[in-house]
Amino acid sequence: MKTILLAAGGAFLATIAAAQTPVLNVLTYDSFTTEWGPGPAIEAGFEATCACDVQFQTAGDGAALLARLQLEGAATTADVVVGLDTNLAEAARQTGLFAPVPSTQNTLPVAFSDANFVPFDWGWFAFVYDKKQLSSPPKSLAELAESDVKIIIQDPRSSTPGLGLVLWVKAAYGDGAAALWEKLADNIVTVTPGWSEAYGMFLEGQADMVLSYTTSPAYHLIAENDDSKAAAPFAEGHFMQIELAGQLSGSDQPALADQFLTYLLGDAAQTALITTNWMYPARTPAAGLPKGFETLITPAQSLTIPADQVETMRQAAVDEWQAALAK
Amino acid sequence: MASRTGEIGAITAAGGVGLLIIGSLGFLLPHADISRVSTADFAALRFTLLQAALSAAVSCLLAIPLARALFRAQFWGRAALIRLISAPFILPSLAAVMGLLAVFGRGVVLNDTLAAVGAPQISIFGLGGVVLAHVFLNLPLATRMLLNGWGSVPTERFRLAQSLSFRRREMFVHLEWPMLRALLPSIFAVIFLVCLTSFSVALILGGGPRATTVELGIYQSLRFEFDLSRAANLALMQTAICLLAVVFMAAVWRPAGFGAGMDRRVQLRGDWLDGPVIALAALFFALPLAAIAARGLAGLIDLPNGFWMAAGRSIFIAVTSAFLAVWAALMLAMARARGAGIWAELAAMLPLGTSSLALGVGAFLALRPVMPPQNAALTLAILFNAALALPFVYRLLLPACREVQAGYARLMTSLRMPYWAMLRVVFLPRLAPIIGFGLGLSAAMAVGDFGVIALFGAADQPTLPILAARLMGAYQMQAAASVTLWLILIAFALFWLFDHLGGRDAGA
Repeated sequence: MKTILLAAGGAFLATIAAAQTPVLNVLTYDSFTTEWGPGPAIEAGFEATCACDVQFQTAGDGAALLARLQLEGAATTADVVVGLDTNLAEAARQTGLFAPVPSTQNTLPVAFSDANFVPFDWGWFAFVYDKKQLSSPPKSLAELAESDVKIIIQDPRSSTPGLGLVLWVKAAYGDGAAALWEKLADNIVTVTPGWSEAYGMFLEGQADMVLSYTTSPAYHLIAENDDSKAAAPFAEGHFMQIELAGQLSGSDQPALADQFLTYLLGDAAQTALITTNWMYPARTPAAGLPKGFETLITPAQSLTIPADQVETMRQAAVDEWQAALAK
Repeated sequence: MASRTGEIGAITAAGGVGLLIIGSLGFLLPHADISRVSTADFAALRFTLLQAALSAAVSCLLAIPLARALFRAQFWGRAALIRLISAPFILPSLAAVMGLLAVFGRGVVLNDTLAAVGAPQISIFGLGGVVLAHVFLNLPLATRMLLNGWGSVPTERFRLAQSLSFRRREMFVHLEWPMLRALLPSIFAVIFLVCLTSFSVALILGGGPRATTVELGIYQSLRFEFDLSRAANLALMQTAICLLAVVFMAAVWRPAGFGAGMDRRVQLRGDWLDGPVIALAALFFALPLAAIAARGLAGLIDLPNGFWMAAGRSIFIAVTSAFLAVWAALMLAMARARGAGIWAELAAMLPLGTSSLALGVGAFLALRPVMPPQNAALTLAILFNAALALPFVYRLLLPACREVQAGYARLMTSLRMPYWAMLRVVFLPRLAPIIGFGLGLSAAMAVGDFGVIALFGAADQPTLPILAARLMGAYQMQAAASVTLWLILIAFALFWLFDHLGGRDAGA
């Protein structure tokens, strides 16, 4: 009985101590917080400097983060959101929940600035293949569509890479996008709800290529010592995904939120992101990129669509995709 | 007095389900705007109905020979095999898809063999693949329900048939058909309703946007578009179909009318076909299961951080929700068997026809003004999992409750048995194997459920399915496969445990 009382007392004191430490709630996507994700390193690193307690709240992916914010509205307890992207930025802005951010320095290959969001990492979408299985990969979207190479893609209605591909085709082909999709239809083995199902199926040999990122081969090379995977450079250029973080105007810890965003763009966090999120850092750290990244392809042209235009064209582009593939 | 106590239990259960489902959907449905239903929505509805009806029909047709063979055949390991072939039903759908792809997909044994003999390769992607996967997942349930049906035919009838030298045709007409006639509509309806809310299986194996289901539409409108009005329309469609299916099922139901027997087992003569039927079915279930096991085996010992906490959380949710589901199902099934109106049936079946995503979002909207929804994640996970298992357990219990009621009602009335005595002496002993099976089924389903926690979850409280999804998202496919294998092993252990306890109590 005495031990129970002591334990209860101890727990009570711990609660008081915790109550005095300010809490920073970070809303992010699921894979960010796993032991292989950037979450643990960033949490420990920031807590060492801020005298605060970082607590993660999660949703499935970038789109789920936005849906969560739209559901919660002003009642959200999040102070910072990490993991939206440029294709979701306008919808996120329209919630009116985000505070303005000062513009930051970045090393992105395209000019980027946004009133509400800072980029923390980025990547080029690309089709990844196994060099041992596919000796001469297609050199463009058009060549892929003409070939009989089998691909797995993600559904733009439920996944951010899937939406990225639809916008990629749209950015490259404009009004010709529907025609390209009709030609691509017989290459598509299947469409998955999210990135991980597609990538998993590709690794098990269900297709020749999978829609992923130019940086995916770096994971296999660095983490698994396997140099068999490569991304195919496409002549039309590659669409970019820029991942964004922002702070909420309703936050009760605005100073901490500010500090966190600064930390996120600092050398320590940026270095951690490269080999945990397997994306390019938004600000290349002083030490440069890790060994192995020099083997990755560098697309000649980066394709983007401004955030406000994405918002107006997204539905039509997805409808076009659906109509072309349903034929 | 007796009926009053019973009614209170049933009304409490029905009220609880109603509050949970209608309370959650109630926050979404005011957004509905029927004028905005598009042709794409109707196309999705058509595909959804088609694949669900086909999946249910094929599962029912295949379950008849399989359950009959399993009922008649006697061989070493029969009980174990019956439990083992229930396993696919409790698989997380993504694991099932991966297992099926390993057998029927590209560059695997089956297609390599076909290619070697010059036959055309089969593609699993398309309507056929969707139906294949749904049959793989649901045939086990159909088989178990029919097996219960064969078991419920009083042995006196079989003995009479044997002494009258009934041939196969006469056996079918006089004994099997009345039993099938009583059971098949509800089995069909249950599987139809499960497939109605299919999402991942239909999309991945359907091969693209042609295989768009209503559930995908709900997912899309809640995730990307934040179009509550379209989500409400689609959720309303699903609920309407569910209600129609339940009413239809109640309308075509006819009692088997065998009367009660002496609860003893009889040994039926087998048939030369039984062996091949059982072997084929075992192969169909075992190959994908073996593939899933093979994928997960490599990392089975090297577990990721937080695995045991996630497992504990999953088991806690599973066991509590299983008891809740079985209690509610028992109350409602007994009430319905003892003459309660169709309200009891609707309450029990309602959860099956509702999108869990729509429910989750509704609950989120309902809780938001009261408390941070993530604080209620665990409680809601228990309640929703209990609600999702309720229809299955109810369907399993109802025929048995009806048999008991038909056989013992007069005896119970003449003895003026109080409700609790009736429950303890008459119903529970006869229902024990089904209650055990129901507990096992509910618990196992809940272990693999992605569910509301994904929508609400605080990052530090993952369950096993969420842990597996996070690992996949971080390139850790091997670790994810291992966590999934553990998840299946835990689900199966719970299933086996409860099923075994129920079976032993019944003295079978």
